[in-house]
Amino acid sequence: MNNVLQKLTVLLVTLVLPAMVIYFTVFFGLRPNEARKIEYVSKAEHTASVDHSQFDLLQQQFTNPKQVTAACLTCHNKRDDELMQSSHWKWERDAEIPGRGIVKIGKKNLHNNFCTAAEGNNGSCMRCHIGYGWEDKSFDFNDPTNIDCLVCHDKSDTYFKQKGMAGWPATAETATKEFPVPDYNLVSQSVGYPDRDNCGVCHFFGGGGNNVKHGDLEEALFHSTKKVDVHMGEDGRNLVCVDCHRTEKHNIKGRAYSVSAENTNRADCEQCHTSKPHNDVVLDYHNSKVACQTCHIPVYAKVNATTLYWDWSKAGRKDADGNPIKEYDADHNYSYLSIKGHFVFDNMVKPEYYWFNGTADHFLTEDTIREIPVKINKLFGDYKDPNAKIWPVKVHRGKQAFDPVTKQVLSVKLYGKGKGEGAFWEDLDWEEGIRKGMEYQERSWSGQFDFVETEVYWPLNHMVSVKEETLSCKECHTRNEGRLASLNDFYLPGRDYNALIDYTGIGIIIVSLIGVLIHTLLRIF
Amino acid sequence: MKYPKQLLYTKFERFWHWSQMLLVLLLTLTGFEIHSSFSFFGFERAVRLHSAAAWSFMGLAVVSIFWMLVTHQYKNFIPTKYKLKEQVKYYTSGIFSGMPHPTHKSMYNKLNPLQRIVYAGLLILIFPVQIVTGIAYMYYHYPQNPLDAGGLTLAAGTHTFGAFLVVAFVIVHMYMTTTGYSVSSNIKAMISGFEKEIGQEETKSETQSE
Repeated sequence: MNNVLQKLTVLLVTLVLPAMVIYFTVFFGLRPNEARKIEYVSKAEHTASVDHSQFDLLQQQFTNPKQVTAACLTCHNKRDDELMQSSHWKWERDAEIPGRGIVKIGKKNLHNNFCTAAEGNNGSCMRCHIGYGWEDKSFDFNDPTNIDCLVCHDKSDTYFKQKGMAGWPATAETATKEFPVPDYNLVSQSVGYPDRDNCGVCHFFGGGGNNVKHGDLEEALFHSTKKVDVHMGEDGRNLVCVDCHRTEKHNIKGRAYSVSAENTNRADCEQCHTSKPHNDVVLDYHNSKVACQTCHIPVYAKVNATTLYWDWSKAGRKDADGNPIKEYDADHNYSYLSIKGHFVFDNMVKPEYYWFNGTADHFLTEDTIREIPVKINKLFGDYKDPNAKIWPVKVHRGKQAFDPVTKQVLSVKLYGKGKGEGAFWEDLDWEEGIRKGMEYQERSWSGQFDFVETEVYWPLNHMVSVKEETLSCKECHTRNEGRLASLNDFYLPGRDYNALIDYTGIGIIIVSLIGVLIHTLLRIF
Repeated sequence: MKYPKQLLYTKFERFWHWSQMLLVLLLTLTGFEIHSSFSFFGFERAVRLHSAAAWSFMGLAVVSIFWMLVTHQYKNFIPTKYKLKEQVKYYTSGIFSGMPHPTHKSMYNKLNPLQRIVYAGLLILIFPVQIVTGIAYMYYHYPQNPLDAGGLTLAAGTHTFGAFLVVAFVIVHMYMTTTGYSVSSNIKAMISGFEKEIGQEETKSETQSE
């Protein structure tokens, strides 16, 4: 009996209890943590406090959309003041850029490497301005009736700004089948919070086509599934843009770093998800150095392709009959247009990764080129920067016109009403396009031009994946060719090692084994 | 030659030893997986298991230190020069010609002079260094922490080197278990608690109590 008891004791202390230690270690180590649940009611479910169709004011015969604006402002007074302070209206703002001080930047005066610049191409580009008729420098930014309330607040889905009209909807003279004169009574009586159509009509088509610019904002998001965007999926929470881009007094949260420089007024995930969303120490700790977007947006341009490369130097080629050319790649995306040059489009694109602290530099209109490729905008941040996180970025590369004498990036008049105005898209003449473009911006040009490589950096925020498709650890924590292979200013576990330590360590182990082996042999023989 | 049969390892020591063995095994496997030396558990599971095992290891260490202090067993790990030369001589020559062990084990003298040095090194240098760098690895790697470790380079490098030393220790340690009075007598002692007398029958009842 004693003997049996003793054997059981031995079993207990040498096997059962140690096994229990391991069991509990593994049990608690691998215990799944449930992510925090978010309670939120979408703005889309908001019920208007008034019925606009009941207002006599909106039954009148409108002959001009400016009359609609005037009608809006009779009740919604002071809203015009808010709006006229916004970057949607001014297309520029004061921004402090480290090393430059305070500068005025915005869509109005910055270069980009898509259609290269807005000002001077007003008829086409300013279609997406929230005003009526910013055709040239004479546009009155202080006239409240120039505000287009409807483009953001129309819920009838029948109001559109006409192409090439600098922000005007169709009039009786310009109306076409595609762009009829809006029914202003219907439109003004069906206003409400902006939904996806209102924002998307401009923000999904920047750069002259669907998804050309952003890569993560495109028409597929009008009717999305969770698989494309977990927030906007109609089979999920079905959120609209303003649910995240929260707005007070027409100040819309959110920054696009193609035109922004400061780390303020940003829309971020923490608004809803807090800074410890995973309820898991290891994952939440990543948040101090890794943006949510990095793991949760493993690919972008999930449905339709986005532009990754745009070479303006190839533009202007014509076919044997002197007509413009259109060429397509295997996926039916443009690969060549005479008026725009050579493109590379792709979908399901893996982002590039950069440190980003929420501030950015911009290549200002008058800047001279110091490095090639020219960084049209540059994201600030590195590992040591306490505000910097690793972000997924769409980098758009290309070639665009510059002045080899003054080393400035050139502005080109692309859009015109017809041939003979000097617009490149009409006449395919670089010299005239540049002359007119530089004239409009009142900048000097040496008369020479060439093409230079340029890059823009757009941090990604949309097309957040379902949790099953988030990045796995191994995508970054791996020896070779991980997603963060190019970010080398810090030690990343699983990727990095100290060769001296590893070889010394392996050496010690080999010496131990040889020692043991020799000792064994000497004992046997 | 006959050696007296005696209790060497109490129940707690044996529990501690085998728990620690399993934890070190788990830590080594998961640790080197995190180091991308091989793939077995999967990176995420390896990280979670490594952290959990680290906490168990530290918990066990706290209990063991307390136990060693109150039972004065810590004295086993204090290095001594007494018979050190003889012990080195035994392992480098005597053992090959079947010479007897120069030192004898007892409850209060479990480790020979050479072992005392190695174990003291393990307990005073390697384990604390692994614990400190391990905690730094978990909590002090980001520059914005009050105590700026400037990244993981130092903690990770030291921790990795410590891990190689632990593996080397385990290899030699396992081999050394075969150098007792018989090839298996040391392992058996760590299981039953008793060092068996040479020549005694297996079946002889063990009436001696602990």
